[in-house]
Amino acid sequence: MRKYVKRIVWLSCFSLFAIFSNAAFSTGDNSTGINSTEKSAEHNTLSATVQTLIKASYKQKAGIIDSIAAIEDDHKLVILQSLLDNQLYYQKKNNVDKDNKRLLLVDLSLLKKEKPNAMLDAFSGEEVSGLSKRKVKKIGVNNALRRNIRSHLSLIKITHSDNKVRLAAAQNLLKDSSNIDLAFIETTLKIEKNVKVIDVLKTVRALMLLQSEQATIRLLALAELDGSLYPETRIELNKFISSFDIEMQKSRADEYLLAQKTLTDIETLMSYNGYAENLYFGLALGAVLLLAAIGLAITFGVMGVINMAHGEMIMLGAYTTYVVQMLMPESIGASLLVSIPAAFLVSGFVGILIERSVIRHLYGRPLETLLATFGISLILQQAVRSIFGPLNREVITPDWLAGTFMVNPGLYLTYNRLYIIIFSLVVLAVLALVLKRTLFGLQMRAVTMNRPMASSMGIRTGWVDALTFGLGSGIAGIAGVALSQLTNVGPNLGQAYIIDSFMVVVFGGVGNLWGTLVGAMSLGIANKFMEPVAGAVLAKILVLVFIILFIQKRPRGLFALKGRAVDNG
Amino acid sequence: MTNTNMSNSNTSSSNTSSSNMKLGPLTTLLMNDKGGRRLLAVLAALAILVPASNLLMPEGSIFHVSTYTMTLLGKYLCYALLAVSVDLIWGYCGILSLGHGAFFALGGYAMGMYLMMQIGDRGVYGNPDLPDFMVFLNWQELPWYWLGFESFTFSMVMVLLAPGILAFVFGALAFRSRVTGVYLSIITQALTYALMLAFFRNDMGFGGNNGLTDFKDILGFDLQADTTRAGLFFCSALALIIGYLISRFIVTSKLGRVLIAIRDSETRARFLGYRVEYFKLFVFIVSAMLAGVAGALYVPQVGIINPGEFAPLLSIEMIIWVAVGGRGTLFGAVIGAILVNYAKTYFTGAFAEIWLFLLGGLFVLSTLYLPKGIIGLWMQMSDKLTKKLAERKAVNLPIGEKV
Repeated sequence: MRKYVKRIVWLSCFSLFAIFSNAAFSTGDNSTGINSTEKSAEHNTLSATVQTLIKASYKQKAGIIDSIAAIEDDHKLVILQSLLDNQLYYQKKNNVDKDNKRLLLVDLSLLKKEKPNAMLDAFSGEEVSGLSKRKVKKIGVNNALRRNIRSHLSLIKITHSDNKVRLAAAQNLLKDSSNIDLAFIETTLKIEKNVKVIDVLKTVRALMLLQSEQATIRLLALAELDGSLYPETRIELNKFISSFDIEMQKSRADEYLLAQKTLTDIETLMSYNGYAENLYFGLALGAVLLLAAIGLAITFGVMGVINMAHGEMIMLGAYTTYVVQMLMPESIGASLLVSIPAAFLVSGFVGILIERSVIRHLYGRPLETLLATFGISLILQQAVRSIFGPLNREVITPDWLAGTFMVNPGLYLTYNRLYIIIFSLVVLAVLALVLKRTLFGLQMRAVTMNRPMASSMGIRTGWVDALTFGLGSGIAGIAGVALSQLTNVGPNLGQAYIIDSFMVVVFGGVGNLWGTLVGAMSLGIANKFMEPVAGAVLAKILVLVFIILFIQKRPRGLFALKGRAVDNG
Repeated sequence: MTNTNMSNSNTSSSNTSSSNMKLGPLTTLLMNDKGGRRLLAVLAALAILVPASNLLMPEGSIFHVSTYTMTLLGKYLCYALLAVSVDLIWGYCGILSLGHGAFFALGGYAMGMYLMMQIGDRGVYGNPDLPDFMVFLNWQELPWYWLGFESFTFSMVMVLLAPGILAFVFGALAFRSRVTGVYLSIITQALTYALMLAFFRNDMGFGGNNGLTDFKDILGFDLQADTTRAGLFFCSALALIIGYLISRFIVTSKLGRVLIAIRDSETRARFLGYRVEYFKLFVFIVSAMLAGVAGALYVPQVGIINPGEFAPLLSIEMIIWVAVGGRGTLFGAVIGAILVNYAKTYFTGAFAEIWLFLLGGLFVLSTLYLPKGIIGLWMQMSDKLTKKLAERKAVNLPIGEKV
């Protein structure tokens, strides 16, 4: 049984890894970015052509823009884009060379606020300082030119050397393909190598073919669209289907039926996507519960102590994250990494303090311990409220945690949840290693199994108790770091999770890491799958009722501890 | 202190002679319960004096008890009854329920529903059949579970039945499968938490977030009138006295002995042949019903019942009343409830910041240093004193004349 569960766990870990590596791959595409300083020398032709824009009339400009678009230089994208956005300027009085004026990228709104990067050299990308607004002049464009530039831009982008730019351009075509003809798509498809871009372009082509006059081509297009998960596909298909009146439904029955079948196929796929999304959210919630409950499982399992102040250890961890971030405002990303050990130490220290001052005197009286630790939780809450104020504090999420990644065109998942899932599994793995492979872990397990025997073998059980409690509390602190990325940091943060984490421990079985893992993940997933059906509150109630009933069948949880320890309860 | 000694010996002597003498049931109940006797005497006096001084004495007289104070005291008495019900299962049967607030709130909701139905067409929307919140939610007719609550008798039966049935179902499930100790505590906490979430939902038909409020009258008496308030106070005191006597009856009976045996070692009691789960279930249901009555008396006095009463924090606070007063002594629970709640009223009014520190400290200190509560401390101190006095006496007395 246990082996089987282990296998499941590894399988799920592996599949997670697969998702993650896929995500990493998709973001890794932008490695061919522009290195400005190296390329500045290569921009000679481009820069010379752009120079001519300064003196040219609008009529001449149209021709110049066409020739700029023809130059084989990726930097033309930047130039054209800035021209379109009215951000391309030149320096007025440059005595060095009259025909070679300095070109600048100027962002007026930034310049007004005197913020950095308001004025950049158009080719090297270096910041230009010391120039006021009067010393530069805009290179103007009119609406006709803008249209021209736009169509050039979409063409340039679709043949750009960077995969990401091409993908974005292709996706833009998906939204609006009005200024593009079919032949162009066909030629780009021939030279395109990237699978993702090809996929998008094929969808664009199929959508265009759907408007075709010939029935056979329309049928082919419909076949091509089968399984395409882009939202635009669904919109177009719906439009296509609704354009059929009753007579057309009969006369073009094959098309109509095929379109409907394609649409239902896509919707089935989308519902799978929905399941996958629920699963992902469920795993993320499970990961949070796991982090919150591991520490509880340890203290409860090893010491038989119900620590009602556990939620406040989580809260302390979250506040530690906040304080660390206040201390290092310059590097938010690094502060998060620093706060992991910091939160572990803070919560762990407080935990040891509580154990030595209160819990130590209450061993063997679990109900009294419960009450005393509850009192401590009230004190800690009020202390935090007095120090930091009753309002929620905001912890900033670093850039590398924000954003989403695409699994397929219909399913985008957020990174922060992915990181929390991985993080919780890493914490679990490290903890498992500590328990299995270190001397402290050995002693801890010995004390769990048989306290008097361990004591008579020379293990200082009191010392093990204190460290165990510190370890459990420290992990709660780490959970607080993770939670600070998901919710607001406030004095009641811990309270919100304490009952759920108790449920995890009770459900999974006490003193058993696997039980905690399985318990947390199944409760998280069950919650998220019931939410769309029953609503968030009812889902929670149903889960609680389920656990209350489950306890009837297995009073000691899924993975009950065997041996002498059981008798003491 | 010699007096205490004397009365102690008195009670013990009357105890031995009780088998010969025919005693009334009340005397038997309170025979060894000096604290209880005093407490009941005080309660009976309060039940008459406080309403009397509120109604008869002119305002401004030093003997006048304001309506506010009387209502506050009435609230404390409800809490005291709740504490008795908690002590009955925790102090005498070892069941630490962290969800007793659920039974309290259910009793309160049953009373609240009756009071809602009494509003009739005097609500904001003036609908004679539906309470305001249902009109607001566009409900067309009364849900089936609201039927019958226009009758006072039916509502009072529900005050007992609603908590009783929940306790029966939950207790039967939990005790049959031998869920004990901290597991039971956590599960009861989950129960009240789940109920709180459920009652917060508007679809439940219990007023959602706002609960039931805006009550007008009870049995035709205006709830705002001093006489009604006085009557409610009297009822609370009476309910506490009766609840106390019932609990006392249970714990002094043979059944009570079994309960204590279960508290001290459940396995041993089971091996001796007692069906432990039936005993536990019985006392759990009685306790839940007492809590329900407390809730029912609480609601008309405070004028509102909302899902906040289900909050796990409140349920744990009840435990601390009993712990502070003295677990396992029924009158200790009463004293603890009144003391802690008085402190709460005082500190949340005067130093709101400190109250949670104090409450938390109370939890820690009472578990660490007062395992038997202040009653235990009092007993211990008086024991020590009497022993000292006895020793001093023994030294002074010539040999052979020892008492």
